[in-house]
Amino acid sequence: MTTAIEINCETGEVIERPLTADELKANEAAQAKAEADRLAAEAEAEAKAEAKAALLAKLGITADEAALLLG
Amino acid sequence: MATTFTKIASVAVGAGGAGTIAFSSIPSTYTDLVLKVSARTSATSPEMTITFNGTSASNTDRLLYNYAGTIGSNTSSPMRASVDISTQTASAFGNADIYVANYAGATNKSVSIEAVAESNSTTDAYQYLNAGLWSNTAAITTVTLTPVSGTFVQYSTATLYGISKS
Repeated sequence: MTTAIEINCETGEVIERPLTADELKANEAAQAKAEADRLAAEAEAEAKAEAKAALLAKLGITADEAALLLG
Repeated sequence: MATTFTKIASVAVGAGGAGTIAFSSIPSTYTDLVLKVSARTSATSPEMTITFNGTSASNTDRLLYNYAGTIGSNTSSPMRASVDISTQTASAFGNADIYVANYAGATNKSVSIEAVAESNSTTDAYQYLNAGLWSNTAAITTVTLTPVSGTFVQYSTATLYGISKS
């Protein structure tokens, strides 16, 4: 059972209850989207880093030297 | 310019963990909101989502991130912040500051987030710096935090503050 904690800011009451089926479904959809976004961003960043390293190796220069050329 | 910082409500997660933490019936008497979170999850996805008034619709962000040494930027929906995960140093908790400007106004809502997942080790953890937007003109009355996987573990805390203008 997954618990939801809800704090009523007007009364200060704290309610702990099981998540409803609709809440679970909505959470799962949002969670799946967020996780897919994160994994895609990680993959994109890693691919860019690998492409950059490969290009530097092909050119036979360091990242600092490349920055000098572009600066 | 904000001159006061008032605690509205606070919660600490108990032994059973929590699938969500929600602050409801937020009074509209402040100018801005700040939510300070110290959290760790029971699973391995290092994020929690932040949603308003019970919906994740029209909720996006652009974030600069450090994923354990990999640096970049990304968009996401709904907006999110980093938390500690089960594989990180035991008893370490991530920190997040979530600032919501003009939360009770009749305009779209801007949100800024800064967060770090602590590892207390020599390796990088996760850091997030986000510019968020909730494209909705309703006053925010509920803020909900949800781990992307697992549940918030015991001793995770969240405190909501109201900021008043001078």
